[in-house]
Amino acid sequence: MLEIKNLHVEIDDKKILNGLTLTIHPGEVAAIMGPNGSGKSTLSYVIAGKEDYTVTEGDILLNGNSILEMEANERAAAGLFLAFQYPLEIPGVATMTFLKAAMNAQAKARGEAELSPGDFMRKVRGAAEKLGINPDMLKRPLNVGFSGGEKKRMEILQMTLLDPAYCILDETDSGLDIDALRIVAEGVNALRGAGRGMLVITHYQRLLDHIVPDKVHVMAKGRIVKSGGPELAHELEKDGYANYVEAA
Amino acid sequence: MAPTVVQMRTPAETALIERFEAEKAGLPGAAAERAAAFERLKAKGLPSKRVEAYHYTDLRALMRQAPEAILPPNTYLMPSDRICIEAIPTIMFGNGKMQLAQDIALPISVRAIGDALESGSVTLNSAFVKLSDPVVDLNTIFCRDGALLEVPGGSKLSVHLAFVDDLDELDTKETFSVSSRVIINVGAGAELLVYESHEGSQRSRYQSNHVVELILGEGAKVEHIRVNTAGNEALVLSTLAASLAAEAELMSLNFSMGGAVARHQSFITYAGENAKLDLRGATMIRGRQHCDNTLVVDHAVPHGTSRELFRTVADDEAHGVFQGKIIVRPHAQKTDGQMASNALLLGDEAAMSNKPELEIFADDVVCAHGATCGALEESQLFYLMARGLPRVEAEALLVEAFLGEVLEAVSDETLRDSLAMLISEWLAARQAA
Repeated sequence: MLEIKNLHVEIDDKKILNGLTLTIHPGEVAAIMGPNGSGKSTLSYVIAGKEDYTVTEGDILLNGNSILEMEANERAAAGLFLAFQYPLEIPGVATMTFLKAAMNAQAKARGEAELSPGDFMRKVRGAAEKLGINPDMLKRPLNVGFSGGEKKRMEILQMTLLDPAYCILDETDSGLDIDALRIVAEGVNALRGAGRGMLVITHYQRLLDHIVPDKVHVMAKGRIVKSGGPELAHELEKDGYANYVEAA
Repeated sequence: MAPTVVQMRTPAETALIERFEAEKAGLPGAAAERAAAFERLKAKGLPSKRVEAYHYTDLRALMRQAPEAILPPNTYLMPSDRICIEAIPTIMFGNGKMQLAQDIALPISVRAIGDALESGSVTLNSAFVKLSDPVVDLNTIFCRDGALLEVPGGSKLSVHLAFVDDLDELDTKETFSVSSRVIINVGAGAELLVYESHEGSQRSRYQSNHVVELILGEGAKVEHIRVNTAGNEALVLSTLAASLAAEAELMSLNFSMGGAVARHQSFITYAGENAKLDLRGATMIRGRQHCDNTLVVDHAVPHGTSRELFRTVADDEAHGVFQGKIIVRPHAQKTDGQMASNALLLGDEAAMSNKPELEIFADDVVCAHGATCGALEESQLFYLMARGLPRVEAEALLVEAFLGEVLEAVSDETLRDSLAMLISEWLAARQAA
């Protein structure tokens, strides 16, 4: 279970999250919707362990244990994965080299054996093929010169290979055309189930037509103001966020 | 009349003067060049930071003493396994003296330069080295040996110049000095790979001063890779002087991680049109190391192309220096020069001094320079850490990528891999610290 309890977060003395509480159960797909500036990306960064933020109150628990004192890499090894809204370009680091380093680092942190080079190659090739990723792309520097769609597919490839317990998808639909959106959503849906929890952060209902959530939460001014089922997303699409922002 | 300023001689300057007086009778040949260089040293002393070219590397302050030259031990000083590349024939230099030329196949001709100097068949003042640079002067004054290589036109060869500056096992000298001169004449159309490695005593505060001259004939292609893994306490001075005839191509990489203080100078002159130069540097320094890459690229004729790419990684309190000067002479039209120096500072107290300079006297040229200096990108580090890489491993991956681009010009795959391995070693030591 991933529990966010009464989370208060500041950056440069500016309050971004104001007592946010949210629980994601194993196997559950939760969506967070909210207007610009409601703190959605901050929430994803704070869960993943970005250092720029100060947690002034509250806690984040992964299977009952607080992760606030853990480094980003330790959180990753514990089973958290953040699919970035804007995946970073890393010049000079071949995608394959990076994937291997990440998988080996996590295996090492968990006390597991590293994959043999043969098994690694088979695993990567198989997963890449399902996502329509050209093998040549894996030889290129990570994300450098990739299109928006290619970058997002690369995030889902990493998510598939690292096999996390909880995934946070930050605006995964941004910058995608409808075909790319479908491929990415299929990739995400393939990872549903098996006890894996997901938190899908999005602006628009569009993504939720493809990744149908179990629960929808509305976020405004740094906290959850309403929770409901998938139908809540449709209401929001129709009526907008204005009512919630005012209520918050 | 302006008053003459008399600068007090430092103990090292006094010792250098005494050394020459004592040694000169035994030095092989080139008496006139040595005497001229000695007069310049006597008149000017060692260069201090007031001399612009030495502003960031104040040799007068850094060279505290002028230790005696030592002879090589009776046994061969072998390069270490991590430096050797099996497929490249090796010439070994023990304390600057040519000890052994191994598997050197004809048609290359190799002579100990001491003998060549003695017989007067070569001098220490080749026409293009009109530098009167104080480090080259010191080499001219004291150099006893090295090698003279003749690479016949049209041939294709590789050679490893393996320098080891060390005492034998029994000796425990605190300090010593070594110097050598290697002159390589590359015939027209020849292709040559020169791999030059420098290793040395980890126990002594020794001083080395090695000079390599490369004279490229028309259309000759030379790849020159210099690797400095000298001793941690050493003062490592080195110079590459090259002259490019028409259509000649030179790629020279200075890969530097050794020495307490290291200064590598590259003086390149274009003697013919349409010559191409690719000058590179990869520097890794830590602790209180100081590493200086100084270069002067002299476009004396039209239609020359030069590319300079220098990357420095400085950790702890280390200090990197880059001084790059591109000169375009009045008639050197259509010159194309691009120079870049980028530094990555890993330690809070690390520093980089970048001084790119363009001196352009022609009006139809394309020349540019850029210098950057900064820390690793936090957003990139976070991205890598969010995928499970511990911070030091994420940093290592980014540093390898930063330096890796410089190695791309090394065409021999085994050699390139061995350089990448040295980078990994350096980073592993950092992770272990």
